[in-house]
Amino acid sequence: MPSGQFKTSYRDDTKIFQTLWVKMWLALLMACLVVFPFFAGQYLLYLANLVGIAVIGVLGLNILSGFTGQISLGHSAFLALGAYASTLLTLRLGIPFWLSMPLAGLFSALCGLLLALPCLRLRGLYLAIATFAFYFIVEYSIVHWNSLTNGTGGLTVAEPTVLGFPIDSDTKIYFLILSLVVAGLIFAKNLFRTETGRAFIAVRDNDVAAEIIGINVVRYKILAFMICSFYAGVAGSLYAVTLSFIGPEHFTFLMTIEYLAMGLVGGIGTIAGSVLGAVFMTALPEAIRLLRDALSTHYPFLVSRMSDLQSGLYGLVIILFLIFEPTGLFGVWLRVKKYWLAWPYSYR
Amino acid sequence: MTEAVTLNVEELSMRFGGIHAVEALSFQVMQGTIFALIGPNGAGKSTVFNCINGVYRPSAGRMIFEDEDITGLGSHRIARLGIARTFQNLALFRNMTVLDNLLLGRNHYLNAGPIRGGFLTRRARKEEHEARLKVEQIIDFLEIESVRKQFVGSLPFGIQRRVELGRALAAEPKLLLLDEPVSGMNAEETEDMVRFILDINEEIGTTILLVEHDMGVVMDISDRVAVINFGVKIAEGTPQEVSVNPVVIEAYLGKGDKDQ
Repeated sequence: MPSGQFKTSYRDDTKIFQTLWVKMWLALLMACLVVFPFFAGQYLLYLANLVGIAVIGVLGLNILSGFTGQISLGHSAFLALGAYASTLLTLRLGIPFWLSMPLAGLFSALCGLLLALPCLRLRGLYLAIATFAFYFIVEYSIVHWNSLTNGTGGLTVAEPTVLGFPIDSDTKIYFLILSLVVAGLIFAKNLFRTETGRAFIAVRDNDVAAEIIGINVVRYKILAFMICSFYAGVAGSLYAVTLSFIGPEHFTFLMTIEYLAMGLVGGIGTIAGSVLGAVFMTALPEAIRLLRDALSTHYPFLVSRMSDLQSGLYGLVIILFLIFEPTGLFGVWLRVKKYWLAWPYSYR
Repeated sequence: MTEAVTLNVEELSMRFGGIHAVEALSFQVMQGTIFALIGPNGAGKSTVFNCINGVYRPSAGRMIFEDEDITGLGSHRIARLGIARTFQNLALFRNMTVLDNLLLGRNHYLNAGPIRGGFLTRRARKEEHEARLKVEQIIDFLEIESVRKQFVGSLPFGIQRRVELGRALAAEPKLLLLDEPVSGMNAEETEDMVRFILDINEEIGTTILLVEHDMGVVMDISDRVAVINFGVKIAEGTPQEVSVNPVVIEAYLGKGDKDQ
């Protein structure tokens, strides 16, 4: 924290962005993000869209697993539910995208509620297995409910419209996603500045104590599940629009692992960490690809082994972060910040 | 002092399998008093606390809190009625700041919910602001201003005790249960804590039910003392009465040989 920063009201004290400098850097970042699509190529834009979707998805997972301490292995199921719900609402009922997307979020939240109810008394490994089972139920339904989901054939997603305005290019999707990312981040940040978010963390830290000081643990666990799956549902519907075609193969269990990896790498239980993790884990395969291309002339066998290498790499990254950097990239950021704040008298 | 009964425990029994931790225990805590529950280790004092705030469901008996039967209610509902508690081994949220811990103590006064909270509506903001004002008063009262932004896990034990007391006070309880509030503290910390307990009782007017092993503290501050041994009440009275009661002395020190 910079010195000479004196707050004169409690409202100042709870502001998200405390100083003018932070606001200026943030404005600069926003400006960069706004002009980004006009300079970036097609592929980079597509990647940016995936990052944005991942940020929303990881935020949801972080609220449930990071902040409330309820581990979930069913995250890709919620993304699938959101993707299919919004796509089908548009295809079958002709509901425009700007309505079907929040409806998909709500539908996903409702499924989250249904999952939360039997899971209330479970924790740790048992909760992980229960949510894992939920994933298989959803996957099975998607594959076998042919009349609704067209099974493994998949669905072609209709072109989205927002208030009659067609979202027909990657650039437009980019701005749609960007605005939702910002909204999602602000919502989450507010949540953890107020009553609900504090109660979530209390449930994670010590649920017995939380209950005894008057926190209805059951209520907050259900809420966390619902908020998490709402975020995932919205992310899923955006994913569908970005891919413009969805099938069960897009929502594999590996996707859940990816999201968990993003949460872990970014920093569990931090909002900024969700962003860092999503950027890092989306950029990582690209970095590997570049590395592979650079090395392929000398080591051609690498090319054929690439897909194995990639899924193994997620595991490796998770393990390395757990051992060496359990607070994630956000923890690294805090440490670097602390170092420079105390510079040149930083002894650690 | 009014003669209203704040907590009326009637024939409370708690059995774990074959073990009778508490057996037909009855006592009344009068409004505005400090009532101490003492007894040797394993006498069942903490079990009584756990029954009162709903961690355990008693095997038999009733507990009436201000005309309301709280037997078998969920912990969070009992807390909402106005019973707060501190723990012998502390049960703070270690990864949160002192401020957040205290705000959590008031959580049931805040009704913003996720929608209004997430969008930070005017009402949610006002609620948070009021909670903060109230919590700051408690921080002031307990003299923990300097650590309000620190994480609880990094604080010394004596301060953590104070934070936990603060969290209980933030709920503005009518009845405060203190489970060994000075155990493991040095003389100075004990003195501070006792002063806070007396202040809470006298200035805020909170009724206090206390479990404590430090006899000096119990005898100094309690209005009334009940002694339990093996889950059964063996004596009750003012500190002076209890301290000369032969049954109590026997429970603590064992039976002496009368000839010697």
